[in-house]
Order: sequence, then structure tokens, then C-alpha cells
Amino acid sequence: MSLLLELKDVSKIYGSVKALRNVNLEVSRGEWLAIMGPSGSGKSTMMNIIGCMDKPSNGSVTLDGVDISKENSKSLTNIRRDKIGLIFQQFHLINYLTALENVMVAQYYHSMPDEKEALRALERVGLGDRAKHLPSQLSGGEQQRVCIARALINYPTLILADEPTGNLDEANESVVLDIFKRLHKEGSAIIVVTHDPEVADEAQRTVVLEHGRVARIVQGKNNAMGCDA
Amino acid sequence: MMMKKQTMYFRMITSSLIRRRSRMIVALLAVAIGATILSGLVTIYYDVPRQMGQEFRSYGANLIFTPAGDETSFTMEAVRKATDFIPNNDIMGIAPYRYETVKINEQPFTAAGVIMDEVKKTSPYWFVSGQWPQNDGEALIGQEVSDYIRLSPGDMFTVTGANSVGDSFSRDFTVLGIVQTGGIEEAFLFVSLSDLEEMAGDKGRLDVVECSVSASQAELDDIVRRIDENVEEVTPRLVKRVTRSEGAVLAKLQALVYLVTTIALLLTMICVATTMMAVVAERRKEIGLKKALGAANRSIVMEFLGEGLFLGGLGGLLGALFGFAFAQTVSLNVFGRSISFQPRLIPASMAISIIITGLACLLPVRSATDVDPAIVLRGE
Ligand SMILES: Nc1ncnc2c1ncn2[C@@H]1O[C@H](COP(=O)(O)OP(=O)(O)OP(=O)(O)O)[C@@H](O)[C@H]1O
Ligand SMILES: [Mg+2]
Repeated sequence: MSLLLELKDVSKIYGSVKALRNVNLEVSRGEWLAIMGPSGSGKSTMMNIIGCMDKPSNGSVTLDGVDISKENSKSLTNIRRDKIGLIFQQFHLINYLTALENVMVAQYYHSMPDEKEALRALERVGLGDRAKHLPSQLSGGEQQRVCIARALINYPTLILADEPTGNLDEANESVVLDIFKRLHKEGSAIIVVTHDPEVADEAQRTVVLEHGRVARIVQGKNNAMGCDA
Repeated sequence: MMMKKQTMYFRMITSSLIRRRSRMIVALLAVAIGATILSGLVTIYYDVPRQMGQEFRSYGANLIFTPAGDETSFTMEAVRKATDFIPNNDIMGIAPYRYETVKINEQPFTAAGVIMDEVKKTSPYWFVSGQWPQNDGEALIGQEVSDYIRLSPGDMFTVTGANSVGDSFSRDFTVLGIVQTGGIEEAFLFVSLSDLEEMAGDKGRLDVVECSVSASQAELDDIVRRIDENVEEVTPRLVKRVTRSEGAVLAKLQALVYLVTTIALLLTMICVATTMMAVVAERRKEIGLKKALGAANRSIVMEFLGEGLFLGGLGGLLGALFGFAFAQTVSLNVFGRSISFQPRLIPASMAISIIITGLACLLPVRSATDVDPAIVLRGE
């Protein structure tokens, strides 16, 4: 399994706060990784760095062969657009656009908007009949599925999800997990930040952060692909 | 089926404008009110000279006839000869004056025999409390005269004196009005020309004729020259005072409107800029998200500018229409005249509003590009 992502000795310092301290991590293509840890342990900070939205204070991050810790913000924008699919706890849909248009926005910034394809993406997450609804007319679970459809629309190399089920009830959580399982089966690499052990259990490995350090790495029960740590 | 990028761009902008209606109406109002004041003031700015010009033209006498050479008087016949040199349409009023010294309660006063309707035209700025006389036997008295002999409208008084052949006369008059002019006229009393001629005799002689002529300075100069050459009996003279002060007052009025317009322009910019800043501030999450999705700074700037410029255009259009209503109201109330709508004002107002909105958006939109995409992963 070839390497998709490599963090070497990565630190992030906000003033006096050391959000990440000397983190080392390798993620293979197609791997499903979970990140756990108490609040403030640096999970979102790590996601921001991996997602090219922030730069590490120290260390190097190599994504798909490119050292993103050396890139300027413009090329980071391009890498983010081409390689990363983001899923958020708060969904972050644009409230004046319909579900369909929200998916098309991602196409618009990436290349060309394509209504048919966007509609197919919504159908894949079971929202074909909600395409013309505004976010305010959708339930939380439905909004999260729109967010997922948007994250997938440009075929990202890596899907980053920061507590994707944090705002969902159990029924919706399992719907989202089912989508992740399917994506994983189709070969997508996924990194999921979660507080929920059940969600983490579905991943192949779980990285536990404490005080900005990797405290331990746990092999998941589904570690069928046999990735080594 | 691919969609053009512009199509999606317009879809995003129109959705933002339509579905965020209440916010947009506030911003639109800011632009429209600014444009209303601007286009209203500009209309007034250009209309003031026209309005005031007409106002000043009715500000009476700008040409005066006095007796020529050593003569002490002239006749209506000579006046008619002189006014033949003025185009008929340009004559707003011709007011003959004859002055005689008379006595009231043995006090000497100057009485002027006039044609009241003509005086109204050549001296429209006279302020009469009471009424203008309409008939013989009625008099208008100057404020000073009124103070001196304590007469008010409705009072009767007797005028005595000696006529041209030395016989004494006595005649009763009713005070109809008291006139304030701010000038020497306040020491006179005014009766009809025919009353004065009956008392003083020597029918037909005049001392001064005041004319109100609607003509440019060059035309007036020409008229004076021709009358001077052709009519021996009178000396024509232009009254410069009114025309000069007309220019001065106009310049001051325009300067005032100019100043107010500039201030309105600044206020509009500040208003639109703060509105746009609020719009950008409340959409920081959205901007962060768009950046997280890979939007370039340019795309974000274009989206906000698109919204801003649409607001500018629509606000400018509304402003041109409301501004005309505003200017019309002012014109009707202040000058008592209506103004005609200038269609040019619509594109002008839209263009200016778009430019101003664009400028006002510049700062807040620039700050929009500073938004850190990482905010989307931070807690709210
Ligand atoms: N922009 C910032 N400026 C200053 N400090 C920050 C910033 N972002 C994060 N931090 C700090 O870094 C630490 C790690 O934050 P982070 O958001 O990564 O935690 P987390 O593990 O995602 O927590 P949670 O589970 O609550 O989301 C915290 O102490 C936080 O206060
Ligand atoms: Mg977090």
C-alpha cells in the first residue's frame, strides 16, 4: 500500500499554546483512520494542517508526494481544491443555496458545474428527492449527507471528516457510517475525528491524541487490509 | 450536461440577493437613499440657475428712463418711442413715476403717481402689509410715512398742496397698504397717476420710468445704445445692481448645493461601506467555507462585487426616480415651478451609484479575502 500522507515531527504553536507536539504519522492510500482524544488535544489542528488550511510551525507534511508545509497559500488552495474533501460537524452549507446548488458550488470552484452529476451525488447519499430544498428545510442528518455529497463531488484523494456524526442521532449516525463504509470499499482514504468509540471502531486504525502528542495507536476490529503502524 | 461558469455565478449571486432578502433590502435602501439625495441635489443644482434666473427676471426694473439733458420731465409719448426698440415679448413691465411734493397735516412729503399693476411687476420685492390699491382715492404709504403720521390700513387722510398754476388743492385718500422696500421708497406715499395728475395738473409729464426687460446683458446694452441714439427725450440707463447681485446670489446658492451634495456623497459611501462590512462580517463562515472548498480570493471578491454592483445599479435606478420626486417637491415648494424629468439622470445615477458602491465595497471585500479557511473546523 503506497503512502498517501506523512507527518514528520509536526508541531503547531499558537502563542503559548502547543496544540501539536512532534507528531509523526503515516497514512496509506485507501486507509480509514480515526483520530480520538479529549477536547483541546489538537485533533482539529491536525485536520487543518492535513487539509492544507493551516501550516505547521515545525516539521514537514507530505501529501500525495508534495511537501505542503513549504507551499504558499495560493497553491495550498489549489491542492485543497483538487485533493481534499471536507466534512464538518456543523455541516457548513450555504444557507441561501439549495442542496443541489451547494454541491454544485464545489464543482464551480473546482472546474465546471454539472447539474446531472451533482444530482447523482445527492442520489448516492439518498437525497435525490431533496435536491431543491434549502438547508433550513432539511434535517441535520440530511444536511450532513449534503455536506458529504459536496465533499465527494470532485473525487478527492483524501476525505477529512471532523466529528461528522457529532450533531446526529443514532439513526443518522449509522446512515453516515454506511456511506463511509461504501466509500472505503470503493478505495477512498478517510480520516475521521470522533469522540464516539463506535465510529472509531469502524476504522482500521485509531490515533489517540493527548496534549498535542500521539499517545497511542489502536488497531481497529476491521483492520482487514492489514496496514502496519 | 455541463453548466457555464457564468451561469452558476449569476445563480449564486441572485440566490444570495433573493433568499437573503431582508439583509439586502437594508443595503439597497442605503444605496437608494444616497442616490435619491444625490440625484435630487444634482437636479436642483442645475435647475437653480434656471429657477432663480426667472425669479430674478421678475425682480423688476433693470432699465430706467430719466429726462434727457436739461429737461426736467418727459411724456408717455417719448416712453412709447423708446420701448419700440425693445422686443414686445421681452417687456415684463413698464412703470411710470411722477413725483410731487404734497402736505399731510402741514408736513411735506413726496407723493408718487404710479400705475399700481406695473409697479407690482417692476418692484416685486416690495413687501406690502395690507393691500395694493386698486382704485382712485386709495393710497399705499411707505413705512416711514406711516410711522411719522401714525396711519394704518383703513385710515383716511387728507393731502393738500398747490398745483402747477398755483391753485391749492385738497383731496382725501384711504390707506390700503403700508410698503417696506428697504430703500428710499419708504419715505414716499403712492397714489394712482390719474389722482396725482388731477391734483397737480400738468397732465402727461413723467419724472422716471422703470422697465423690467427679460434680456441678456448684451441685448440690454444694445437696446440702451439704440434708444440713446434714436430717442432724444429720454436717457436710458441700465440698473446694474440687480443683475450683479443675481450672479452673486446664484454662485452662493450653487456653492451651498455643491457642498451639501459632496457631504451626501461621502455619507452614502460611509453608509454603503458599513453595510457591506456588516454583510462581509456576518458571512465570514461562508467565506471560510468557500475558501476551504478551494475558492480563489479572486472568486470571492468577484462574488461580493457582483452583489455590491447589482445593489449599486438597482439603488441608482430607484434613486434617480425618487430623486426626481424629491427635486420636484423642493422646486414646487420653494420656487413654485415644476421641473422636467431628465432621462439622462437614470444612467448617470446608476453609473455613479455603481462606482460608489464599488469603492465602498473595496475595503470590506478585501478583508473578506483575509478570512482564514481554518475557521470552518473551529467551534462556533
Ligand atoms: N487559532 C487558534 N489560536 C489559538 N489557539 C488555538 C487556535 N486553534 C486552536 N487553538 C488551541 O489549540 C488547542 C487544540 O485545539 P483543537 O481545536 O485542535 O482541539 P480539538 O482536539 O479539536 O478539540 P475539540 O474536541 O474540542 O474540537 C486548544 O487548546 C485550542 O485552544
Ligand atoms: Mg475540534
